[in-house]
Amino acid sequence: MRRRDFLQGVAAGALTFFFTTPLGSAPIQPTRPGAYPEDFNAYLKISADGRVGCFVGKVELGQGAMTVLAMLVAEELELDPAQVDMCLGDTDLCPWDMPTGGSLTMWHTAPVLRGAAAEARAVLLRMASKTLGAPVADLALKDGAIWVKAAPTRRTTFGELVKGRKMERHLGKVKPKPLSDCTLIGRRVPRKDALAKITGAAKYAGDLRLPGTLHACVLRPPAHGLTLATADTAAAERIPGVRIVRDGTLLAVLHPQPDTARTALALVKGTFEGTEPDVDDVRIYQYLVDKAAPGQRVMISRGDLAVGEKRAATVVEEEYRNAYESHATLEPHTSVAKWEEGRMTVWASTQSPFVLRDAVAEALKLGQDKVRIIAQFVGGGFGGKLVGPGAVEAVRIAHKVPGVPIQVAWNREEDLFLDTYRPAAVVKIRSGLDAGRGAITFWDSTVAGVSQGEAELAYDMQATRYQAPAVPGLHPLRVGAWRAPNAHTNAFARESQLDALAAKAGVDPVTLRRRLINDARLLRLLDLAVETFGWEPAPGPTGRGIGLACGAWRQGLVVALAQVAVDKTTGKVKTERFLEAVDVGLVVNPDGARQQVEGAITMCIGQALSEEIHFKGGRILDKNFDTYLLPRFSAIPRIEVVFADNAAMATQGIGEPPVVPVAAALANAVFDATGARVTHVPFTPERVLEALKRLPTK
Amino acid sequence: MDTTVSFVLNGKAVTVRSPRDRMLVWVLRDELGLTGTKVGCEAGLCGACTVLVDIEAVPSCSTTLGDVAGKTVLTIEGLALDGQLNPVQKAFQEHHAFQCGYCTSGMILAAWAFLKKKPRATRTEIVEAMEGNLCRCGAHVRILDAVESAGKAMGGVR
Repeated sequence: MRRRDFLQGVAAGALTFFFTTPLGSAPIQPTRPGAYPEDFNAYLKISADGRVGCFVGKVELGQGAMTVLAMLVAEELELDPAQVDMCLGDTDLCPWDMPTGGSLTMWHTAPVLRGAAAEARAVLLRMASKTLGAPVADLALKDGAIWVKAAPTRRTTFGELVKGRKMERHLGKVKPKPLSDCTLIGRRVPRKDALAKITGAAKYAGDLRLPGTLHACVLRPPAHGLTLATADTAAAERIPGVRIVRDGTLLAVLHPQPDTARTALALVKGTFEGTEPDVDDVRIYQYLVDKAAPGQRVMISRGDLAVGEKRAATVVEEEYRNAYESHATLEPHTSVAKWEEGRMTVWASTQSPFVLRDAVAEALKLGQDKVRIIAQFVGGGFGGKLVGPGAVEAVRIAHKVPGVPIQVAWNREEDLFLDTYRPAAVVKIRSGLDAGRGAITFWDSTVAGVSQGEAELAYDMQATRYQAPAVPGLHPLRVGAWRAPNAHTNAFARESQLDALAAKAGVDPVTLRRRLINDARLLRLLDLAVETFGWEPAPGPTGRGIGLACGAWRQGLVVALAQVAVDKTTGKVKTERFLEAVDVGLVVNPDGARQQVEGAITMCIGQALSEEIHFKGGRILDKNFDTYLLPRFSAIPRIEVVFADNAAMATQGIGEPPVVPVAAALANAVFDATGARVTHVPFTPERVLEALKRLPTK
Repeated sequence: MDTTVSFVLNGKAVTVRSPRDRMLVWVLRDELGLTGTKVGCEAGLCGACTVLVDIEAVPSCSTTLGDVAGKTVLTIEGLALDGQLNPVQKAFQEHHAFQCGYCTSGMILAAWAFLKKKPRATRTEIVEAMEGNLCRCGAHVRILDAVESAGKAMGGVR
């Protein structure tokens, strides 16, 4: 291949947004809010040259939505996924969708898209039947061509049939192909974003180079709780090219060069007013418990706790803590906004194009039709880009400088400061096991900082009570969804607690779970995990350093097994092996799903062992990756992933489930290695040493 | 103060008028339009901005324009030659050794610089070589696999 052709190939690979202008009319939007449009033309457009364009309001965050959604369309239309051009996250071109989060893409959107493709296939076959004068049953379909099976020269193509128009015929709900006829589902498919990403051609919001762009750096208060009062911008304005925009408490320094804008910002002297929260990263746990206490509500209650306690032979009471944690996407929040002819266009790193569109419309008091969000490749989301505060800053600034593209790219310090953290939380559990070591006689759980979401798993318990606070504004810092929100916090507590009960009663943790689990699917998954790992049952602590935990996100189930080595002099935990057995129903794209599981395990090794937001009052002390410690290569072990064979169940999402049991499995592994229980995520070397110190001396 | 600095960028001589102490990452992205080099931390802590200067991997956020005067700079855009993907790029593609892709340019360049010197590296040596590059999506194991297999493809069979 000549270089020129190659580069064109790269560019084509990078064309996420194949259709730069809407084909024909405006996109078809739902008839009622919060619903998907029923017309398949909303999702699929066939251009005159026969290429199939697929329009979905989801975003490519790295999770592989672009590839797996193309697979589903290709499956129904008998194409190679490479023949499907994906247009994601453009609110002018794509039908409405929910945010790209909560593992919703495969659970919610995929069936709709697959149904649309199935209907399109049926319509195309009917059109071909008419053109070719042969019944549909006599036709074959492949690679965009339709022909008469008995006379292959009698053929037509998608392009000839549709001629770039909207397909007017509708057949209502058409069943997708049966699994037995599928040739793509369940197979490894090359990622559609690969070439663009390995050549540097992939465009993220910060890579747009719109002519005349000004880079805006926003003046930040030194602490949460404070807002801008006065600002002296004289020194900054002496730098040639600097412009200042102020909108209420938002003050931005604009310059054609991003680094000069940053330098100029440093010259602005601001004064701030307000009150910082009076709490820090040490006192936060008691703060949450105290503040939540009056608002505690019973969420779930079954049986009589007092009776259960009397029946218990082994009782454990423990408090589990979770620190604030950042999403720390490698791409900081970045947006470009342009206000032109009464319309705001935003190129954003967002997980939620339609939510952001509505937020922008509200911020500027515009109609939703006056706002267009164009999501770019997003450099990681994990829940951190569900809303777009950076994008809202960009539009407020852009609104004041019509016609000028404004880029707001947070730097790392801003990203760590302004993030919506995984909530700090305290989970207290008191629970008991009967003398036969086969029944949980009572389980009393109270949380502060999170909800009781996914707190229960399919375990038999005779008496339970789950309490959570209904206290608005409980947190002194901004919190939000962080991959499997609530679920991983609650699983850490629950699975640690079960492990502690098992150890105290002298029963091995797998046997105890086998006795408690009341769901055949979870039981099979537990067996699959233990067999694949090759774990010999023995009551802990065995010294082997192996820990097990189970978890769920909706119908997605996961069993995790971790093996660690603990350095008892330094307190450092080294993960040596990690396995997850996962049941998320039908796995459409096995390699993509595997990537999600590997990624979740890797990310949560950081969550469990090193990641923590340090703060004092409203000041976030972590400014960069020197103190906010993401897991590096040396922290990551061999990872094994095994999927349950459960093609009969509808596909569940995969972004969340594998996150859920990771910290618990690691904590249980630390216990198995040392006999010391770590109850505070992250279990840093200091916390491991503290736990070791609490061990009774022999 | 703007000065004129010349260096070789992706095989071609370039001359840039910019302050000598301007960070290379901004010269590349802002001045020259090469946006494959990413900005992650601006402190040399994440490796997203890694480029090769005289075949050494350096963080371009902490390297000034003056530092590269008269030198040879290679960015991700210059790695595939005459339509041929570099062996490291090929391995990243085959192993799907990325998710969001934001760290990928830096990963590939760090790996290439390392493998040029030591294609017959052990897994431990690869881990050490890649330790300065962060990935948030958790593609770590695949990245290591890809670097290992690229080393083999470069003739570094152990």
